[in-house]
Amino acid sequence: MNFDLADQADKFVMLLGGLVAFVALVGGLLLVLDVIPTRLAERREARLAAAADAGTPISVASVRGREGWLAFGFLVPALLLLAIGLIFPAIRTTILSFMNGDGSAFVGFDNYTWMFGQPDIQSVLLNTLIWVLVVPTLATTIGLIYAILVDKARGEAFAKALIFLPMSISFVGASIIWKFVYAYRSGEQEQIGLLNQIVVWFGGEPQQWLLEQGSKLNTLLLIVIMIWIQAGFAMVILSAAIKAIPGEIVEAARIDGTNAWQMFWQITLPAIRAAVIVVVVTITIATLKVFDIVRTMTNGNYDTSVIANEMYNQSFRYGETGHGSALAVFLFVLVIPIVIFQIRNIRKQRSEA
Amino acid sequence: MTTTNPPAAAVPLAKADPDRPRTSAGRVRQKLSTRVATGIALVIALFWSVPTFGLLISSFRPENDIKTSGWWTFFSDPALTLENYQEVLFGGGASSGQLAGYFINSLVITIPSVLFPMAVCALAAYALAWIDFRGRDWVYILIFALQIVPLQMALVPLLRFFSQGVELFGVQVLPAWGLTGEGLFIQVWFAHTCFAIPFGVYLLHNFISELPRDVMEAARVDGANHPKIFRTIVLPLITPVLASFAIFQFLWVWNDLLVALIFASGGGRDTNPMTVRLAELAGTRGNEWQRLTSGAFVSMIVPLIVFLSLQRYFVRGLLAGSVKG
Repeated sequence: MNFDLADQADKFVMLLGGLVAFVALVGGLLLVLDVIPTRLAERREARLAAAADAGTPISVASVRGREGWLAFGFLVPALLLLAIGLIFPAIRTTILSFMNGDGSAFVGFDNYTWMFGQPDIQSVLLNTLIWVLVVPTLATTIGLIYAILVDKARGEAFAKALIFLPMSISFVGASIIWKFVYAYRSGEQEQIGLLNQIVVWFGGEPQQWLLEQGSKLNTLLLIVIMIWIQAGFAMVILSAAIKAIPGEIVEAARIDGTNAWQMFWQITLPAIRAAVIVVVVTITIATLKVFDIVRTMTNGNYDTSVIANEMYNQSFRYGETGHGSALAVFLFVLVIPIVIFQIRNIRKQRSEA
Repeated sequence: MTTTNPPAAAVPLAKADPDRPRTSAGRVRQKLSTRVATGIALVIALFWSVPTFGLLISSFRPENDIKTSGWWTFFSDPALTLENYQEVLFGGGASSGQLAGYFINSLVITIPSVLFPMAVCALAAYALAWIDFRGRDWVYILIFALQIVPLQMALVPLLRFFSQGVELFGVQVLPAWGLTGEGLFIQVWFAHTCFAIPFGVYLLHNFISELPRDVMEAARVDGANHPKIFRTIVLPLITPVLASFAIFQFLWVWNDLLVALIFASGGGRDTNPMTVRLAELAGTRGNEWQRLTSGAFVSMIVPLIVFLSLQRYFVRGLLAGSVKG
C-alpha cells in the first residue's frame, strides 16, 4: 500500500478554495446586480418625490439605458473570459504564424510555405484528409443503419446503449481498448491481440498492424477507433429524427405497398436529411481536431501524424511556435466553411419549422 | 420524442395487414430480410462491445496470463485476480500506475471546471435572451461564432498569459500568475471555463429563450428585477438543460487530454489527471500490459456511471446542441 490520503490534502484544499471562490463570485455578482439597482431606484424615487413637492417637471431616464447597464453586469464574466481565453489568443496565434520559431521576428509566409513544402508535413495533411473523408462517412452510415435496424425492436434501449457507450469514455481509454485488439506477437508465440488471433485462425501470418505505413493501413486502423467512438453519436441523433417522422406518412406508404428498401430511400432518408447533415458536419469538425488517439496509439510515428498532433509537437516539443501556429491557423481555416454551411442549414431548418 | 405510430417492419405482421406477402416465395423473402437485418444489427453490436468486453476480462486476469495468451482463452482456463487493480491504483514503484492520486487530480480538475462555466453561461444566456439592450444580437452572434475557434489556436498564447502575464509596449500590464504545484489547478479550471463558454451559452440560450414570455412579464409587472427573476424563476425552470450541459462538460473535462497536457503537466503527479497518466503508460516502451487494462477501467468507471444514470439528459443535450470543442 503506497497511498496516503494525507498526501492528497493539498489537493482537497485547492478544491475547497475553488468551490468557495465559485460561491463568492456568483453570489457576489447577483448581490451587486440586485442591491445597486434597488438603491438607485430608491434614490430616484426620493428625488421624484422631492421634485413633485417642488412642482418642477423632470425627465424620467430611459429604461433601456438602465437595462443595458444590467445586461453588461450579467455578461461581464463570460465576455471577459472569452477575451482572455479565446479572442486574444486566436489573434495572437494568427500573428505568431507569421513569425519565426520563438516569435522574435516576422518571416512573412515562410511558415506556410514550410507547411505545404515539407514532405513529412504534406503527409500529415494527407493523413488528416483521409481521416476527414472516412470517419464522418462511415460513422454516419453505421449509425444510421443501426438506428433503423433496432428501431422498435425488442430491447431497443439496451441495443442502443451498447453502441452509445464509447461516447462517454475518453479517447485515451478507447485507444487502450484497441491497442489490445491490434497487439502483435511473433508467429511461434500465442497471440494476445484479437485481430491477429483471427488472422491466425484463418491460417494467416500475424502482422504488426500499426507499422503498416506503406498502404496507410495503420492510419485506417486508427480511424476505426474514431468511428467506433462517433457512431453512437450519429445513431442517437438519427434515431430521434427517425422517430419524429409522422406516422401517417409511413402508414400511407405501407398501404401503397412500398417495401422496406423503397421506404428507406423515398420516405426515411428525405425526412431526416437535415439531421444527417448536422451529424456529418459535427463529426467532421471533431475529426479535424483529432489528437488523443494518434498520440496514445503511435505518438504520430510510422507516418500516422495528423494536424493537431503535429501542431502540439511543433509548439510544445520542438519550440517551433511559428510552425505550430501556422498549423493551428490552417485548422481554423478548414473549419470555417464547414461551420458556415452548418449555420445556414440550421437557419433554414428554423424557418421551415 | 415518443411517437404513437404503429410498429413497422421489425415485428411480425398482423393478419389484416395489406402488406402481407401472398406467395410462399414472398414469405420466405420477408423472413430472410428480417433475418438479415437482425444479423447485421448483431454484427455491429458485437463489433462495438467485444473489444471493451475483452479488456474487461483481461483486467481481471493474472499478469502472466495477459502477456502470454489472449483473453478468449479465459473461458477454457479461468483465473481471476484483483491484483492489476491493486497495483495500478496503489502500487509503489515508479512504473506502476499510482492511479489513485491521479484519480483525485481528475476530480479536483473536473468539479470546478463544470461549475464555473455553468454559472457564467447561465447568466450570459439569460441576459442575451431576456434583457433588452443595444447590440444584443451582435454579442450573441460573436459568442456563437467563437465555437469555431479550435482549441489549438488558443493554447500557446493562453499558456504565455499564465506564465508571463501581459506586456504592452514594454510595460507589464498584468503580472504573471506564477503558479506552481497544486496552484496549476487554477490554470486548468480557467482554461476549461473559457473554452466551454461558446457552446454553453448557445445550448442554454436555446432553452432560456423558449421560456414562456407571460411568466416573465408578469414577474416584471410585480416589480421583480432581473437578478431576482433569474434566481427565483429562471434557475428552477432550466434545471434540466443545466443538467445536460453539466454532463457534457463533465465528460469533456474528465476525458480531455490536450488541455491537461498543456496546462496541468507542469505539476507532475500532483496535478496531472488520469488521461495524461494513461497516455504515458500506453506510450512507454515497457510492456506493462496488465496495468493498462485495469488503468483504462479505473478511468472509465466515473464517466460510465454518470452516463448510464443520466443518459436521458445527455441525449437531450445532444439533440439541442451541435458543435463542441
